[in-house]
Amino acid sequence: MQQTGREINVGVDIGSTTAKLVIRDGDNVIYKKYERHYSQVRQKTLELITQAEEYLKDKKIKIAISGSAGMGVAEIARLQFVQEVYATFALVEEKEPDTEVVIELGGEDAKIIFLKGGVDERMNGTCAGGTGAFIDQMASLLNVTPDELDEMSLKCEKVYPIASRCGVFAKTDIQPLINQGVSKNDIAASIYMAVVNQTITGLAQGRKIKGKVMFLGGPLYYNKGLRKAFKETLKLEDENAIFPDYALYAVALGASVFAEKSEKTYEYDKLVEMLKETVAAKREVASMSALFANDEELAEFKDRHAKETVDFKDIASYSGDAYLGIDCGSTTTKLVLINDKKEILWHYYNSNKGNPVDVVKEKLTEVRTLCGDKIKIRASAVTGYGEQLILNAFHVDRGLVETMAHFMASKQFLPNVDFILDIGGQDIKCIKIKNEAVDSIMLNEACSSGCGSFIETFAKSMGYDSKEFSKLGLKGNAPVDLGSRCTVFMNSSIKQAQKDGVSVENISAGISVSVIKNAIYKVIRANSPTELGEHIVVQGGTFLNDAVLRAFENEIGKHVVRPAIAGIMGAYGAAIYSMSLGLEESTLITLDELKEFTHTSKASVCQGCTNHCALTINIFSDGGRYISGNRCEKMTAKGKIDEKLNLFEFKRQYFMNLCAPAKEGQKVIGMPLQLGMYDLAPLWVGIFENLGFNVKLSGLSSRDTYLLGQDSIPSDTVCYPAKIMHGHIELLVRDKVDAIFAPCLTYNVDEKAGDNHYNCPVVAYYPELLRVNMDILKDVEYLAPFLSVSDEAELARELSVNLPADLIKADKSRMLEAVKAGFKKYHKYKEDLYAETERIIARARELNKKIMVLAGRPYHIDPEISHGIDLLACSLGFAVITEESIAPRIGKVPTNVLNQWTFHQRLYRAAHYAVTQKDMELVQLVSFGCGIDAITTDEVRSIVENAGRIYTQIKIDEINNLSAVNIRLRSLLGALEMREGKQ
Amino acid sequence: MNDAERIEFTAEMKKDYKILIPTMLPRHLKMLASLMRVYGYDAELLENSGREVIETGLKYVHNDTCYPATLVVGQFINALQSGKYDVHKTALFFTQTGGGCRASNYISLIRKALKKAGYGYMPVISLNFVGMEKNSGFKLSPPMVRRMLYSVLYGDVIMTLTNQAKAMEVHRGDAEEKADYWTKKLVDQLGKPGLLSYGKIKNTYREMVRDFASISMTKDSRIKVGIVGEIYVKFSPLANRNLENYLISEGAAPVMAGLLDFLLFYVYGRIIEHDMYRTHKKSIALLKIAYKVFERKQKDIINIIKEESDFEAPTPFAHTVELVKPYISLGVKMGEGWLLVAEMIEHIDKGTNNIICTQPFGCLPNHIVGKGVMKIVKEKNPGVNIIAIDYDASASEINQQNRIKLLLANAKNENPE
Repeated sequence: MQQTGREINVGVDIGSTTAKLVIRDGDNVIYKKYERHYSQVRQKTLELITQAEEYLKDKKIKIAISGSAGMGVAEIARLQFVQEVYATFALVEEKEPDTEVVIELGGEDAKIIFLKGGVDERMNGTCAGGTGAFIDQMASLLNVTPDELDEMSLKCEKVYPIASRCGVFAKTDIQPLINQGVSKNDIAASIYMAVVNQTITGLAQGRKIKGKVMFLGGPLYYNKGLRKAFKETLKLEDENAIFPDYALYAVALGASVFAEKSEKTYEYDKLVEMLKETVAAKREVASMSALFANDEELAEFKDRHAKETVDFKDIASYSGDAYLGIDCGSTTTKLVLINDKKEILWHYYNSNKGNPVDVVKEKLTEVRTLCGDKIKIRASAVTGYGEQLILNAFHVDRGLVETMAHFMASKQFLPNVDFILDIGGQDIKCIKIKNEAVDSIMLNEACSSGCGSFIETFAKSMGYDSKEFSKLGLKGNAPVDLGSRCTVFMNSSIKQAQKDGVSVENISAGISVSVIKNAIYKVIRANSPTELGEHIVVQGGTFLNDAVLRAFENEIGKHVVRPAIAGIMGAYGAAIYSMSLGLEESTLITLDELKEFTHTSKASVCQGCTNHCALTINIFSDGGRYISGNRCEKMTAKGKIDEKLNLFEFKRQYFMNLCAPAKEGQKVIGMPLQLGMYDLAPLWVGIFENLGFNVKLSGLSSRDTYLLGQDSIPSDTVCYPAKIMHGHIELLVRDKVDAIFAPCLTYNVDEKAGDNHYNCPVVAYYPELLRVNMDILKDVEYLAPFLSVSDEAELARELSVNLPADLIKADKSRMLEAVKAGFKKYHKYKEDLYAETERIIARARELNKKIMVLAGRPYHIDPEISHGIDLLACSLGFAVITEESIAPRIGKVPTNVLNQWTFHQRLYRAAHYAVTQKDMELVQLVSFGCGIDAITTDEVRSIVENAGRIYTQIKIDEINNLSAVNIRLRSLLGALEMREGKQ
Repeated sequence: MNDAERIEFTAEMKKDYKILIPTMLPRHLKMLASLMRVYGYDAELLENSGREVIETGLKYVHNDTCYPATLVVGQFINALQSGKYDVHKTALFFTQTGGGCRASNYISLIRKALKKAGYGYMPVISLNFVGMEKNSGFKLSPPMVRRMLYSVLYGDVIMTLTNQAKAMEVHRGDAEEKADYWTKKLVDQLGKPGLLSYGKIKNTYREMVRDFASISMTKDSRIKVGIVGEIYVKFSPLANRNLENYLISEGAAPVMAGLLDFLLFYVYGRIIEHDMYRTHKKSIALLKIAYKVFERKQKDIINIIKEESDFEAPTPFAHTVELVKPYISLGVKMGEGWLLVAEMIEHIDKGTNNIICTQPFGCLPNHIVGKGVMKIVKEKNPGVNIIAIDYDASASEINQQNRIKLLLANAKNENPE
């Protein structure tokens, strides 16, 4: 028992992915270690200590543990725990006391600590996934190491907008960029930029990051590109951007500061003993029953699924006609060659390594060589995310939407299939089939995507390949319950499981169950297995994982068919489709042409309209070009848009020209054109112009509008339209208007068609939120009165009471006159809107065009909110109208929900009307984060489906990419065509 | 609401139907169930909880709907599926405020879920004071309403005394024991038919206060943490993962304002709307009377606590209103509206500088009155710690605890022991 040695201080930091240990003797760091813990957190803690034995032996050890996964270790071992932000805080105080802000990014955590002017610490909340893990995930998506990613980023030419809220969103944006052939250098830099934006909006939430800023944590230590992005975005001078050499160990060092302060000392052997006990300790974890109760079940399962196969023919011994299908998916590329009996001659499935064109070129060369002269490829078809790129590059005969491809393939296995569930790397697709036609399609919302590739990335992070990892899952005796939300949440749950010492087998099985639950309850939203269908085919790469397949069968309590070629069904379906075309001669690129084939891409910005789409121009060696990234086809040679059949565009133009030309000498009232203003602006403009003001609307939004105001957004989970409000206010202040008017309206106009006439809480009160969150408003006259718009005289009274008398001089009757003028302008707007609707419908019918009721809220016409979905719909041949334009055609409708919001009662009425019109299809736009839409979507869906029509929903957010929307709308078209074909 | 299809709770049903009440404020609602029996309603407070309830909820409610709806529906359906009740002789009971947030739709969500689960025939009784959804078998008689008010008052008194006693008790558990004792006693009192005079209620307060004051307490109080937030998540241990107990286990003392404040907020909110928009013209006189009554009842509680003990009494509502005015407009009424902000300020006003704002993930009003006001509250009250914690079915407990630990670490730093 020697306790006479020197006192030394040990700080341990166990984060989500790594464990760090530092030993300090006074001010000197005598030892440090940084290692990945692969979720073996308690074991790793013990290891770190034993590895440092020579420094610890015969010393009086003071120790403190920190880090998100350290909490559990400290708790069980009964050692001192220091909250990690707090540890960082203590360290900075000691090392760089004049630091004003600390930004620390860890494996999955992001933190900002404000040290000056009111100490404040912020960590990422439930909806802002990790950053280090995210960067790793992105690197593997691009098939590079994190170091290479960093180097690439430094060579970028252009930064693309990538959604910054959470990792999954960003990934949805990045994937299509990859598929479109955007340079990896640019993508790398864009990824870092997204991390920066996420940190600023998600964490700073209204507080400016300025002064001396210290950057800590692994990602900021290793990635020069990320540092650069932070420094530039925050406009920091060199002396104010501190990247210390102890960035990796900051939390551990901070913990050691706390260790020093503690009274308690341990000797080495005792400490090791305590940690050994910790490793051995068992904890209660929420778990579920094993995937297989016994070995017989496993054997039966393997046996049954082995039978679901297609015939394969040896390509070498075959001669005759053949058909080629290509599926250029989000993460993988698949090719299938079949003969005229639909037997597979040759196939390929692999990751597209971030460069699908190269992969397809190589594989086409291979298959063309194999075919030689004896096999003739009669036709070819391509499907998937990269459809258009591949189609153009290699002169594939046809493209088809992937949902159709999957349906065609599934029929080969189960002729009476009525439900297909496809879980790929990035997307979950559900296809319901009724009367041999696609009845409805569900795609995963952006928030739950990424489940398939999540397993892969996660397996890698734990040091396994994905096959091995899924095999382990089959053996899990008590799969851990990880919840059923998106992967970001899952990451946190896994963190918890790791903390509790759950085995890899049970984590693997748990992830499989979660992926399945996510698909069933979040994407399909089924309540019972019978709802899915009787004859179910599952496919997609993720279902090649037996654990996932088993979890699905267990969850729905039914056997399903997983074709042995589950991973290549899209390509197989495309091949079958190409066969059905009955072509004589294929246009597919020849072997000689393939030899010459090269491909380059460059970035550009479309100047066709205010959307300013970031374009990627792909140039092929034969002189062919393919432009991607565009929302519409206005500027590309292929299509012409009949712009006159788009009510979205009409409304935008109307609002742009709403205000009278400015008159000399009049004061200017500015109004933010967003949220409810997209409906009531005519009223307010009319009132203020009548009172002798020039009115300035802030204009349509763009990405820049959002970025301009992002640092004052207090809640990172509020809807995107609300977030953009901040930018509109900034714009108005820059314009030096004399006052800004943004009324708070608990109640909207009463259209006598609902149970009440509320606004949603965000539309109602966001102006009040802006008042208390935007410092910039202190320097202008900001008018955000609480008003009601039900009665002219009452509104006049309220305006008189609430508007400052020195700005607005109007007696009672003068004010009433102004209000009357305002309502006149409002009613005129509605009349014009209805007249234009009438015209569009009539014209569409003349031209025999389908009419899309793009139904959401008035502010969805904003180009930055709907991201040009209206233009896309037009380019697909629809005429576009909106919910409020047809709502008046029908009175109050019965609903199963409390029909109490003005904007939403229009939605229900529009749905009821649309289903009575043969040529109208309703597509509902839903803002991500809109809680009210959880109510409305179910209701609108039931209205539409009860009428036997197809319901389509599109969730919109910051995501700037229309690929998924494109699939959905084209699937809708495909389904409509098949239905019509049946009739 | 599609009233024609609604299953009414009929007078016939009243005879032999069991009425299930979801857990929100366990002590308050236990008393409510008890007093309902006096008026011929066979009411029972549900006590099922745990992962199963959440899973059931997720199955029957749109997952993007707020967490309270998931839990309420989950608890109901889980109970119905347990086999414990004769499902053909069971009705469900829920409150409805009719405000502008989606919580007003809980009743429709419950009905939808019932339909999906095969209980479409089951009546759901809406408890509201704005005349939505009438049921011939469920009527609020004045004596019953009075008793309901008493249950709220009693519940609040127990809560405020228990909270404070827990923060200072020498022996852990003393306060909880007293709270259980009194809850049982009051359940009996409210469940006994016959005249229940207000004088008796006041006497009971007095006895209760004295009894709690007899708990041996230390001088050095624990770190106080004010809990504010969305009403269901704030009060329901099922929703907030037993936040109160967690705080206590971490050595802190939770503090919460009572339910009476919410009733006052509701009534006063309408008076304000009358001032602002000249609405509620017909009911304004009645609203003003109700406000006065509630205010007087609160005053009685305040006085008795002050007379009989050193416990801190609730803040008079009029003062609460004054406190919040510099922060946010009283026109913000949806959800918990300005009351949520007022409760933050009330805590700060009483020296509780640490506040947890509990909210369901994605709660719309709380974007405004929760996270939306933190900047101004902190600006005007330097040194105050506020964190927002989102609750939903999949929120990781470790992240939530991590944030709470951060709050407590901050608090300790500012008030070193």
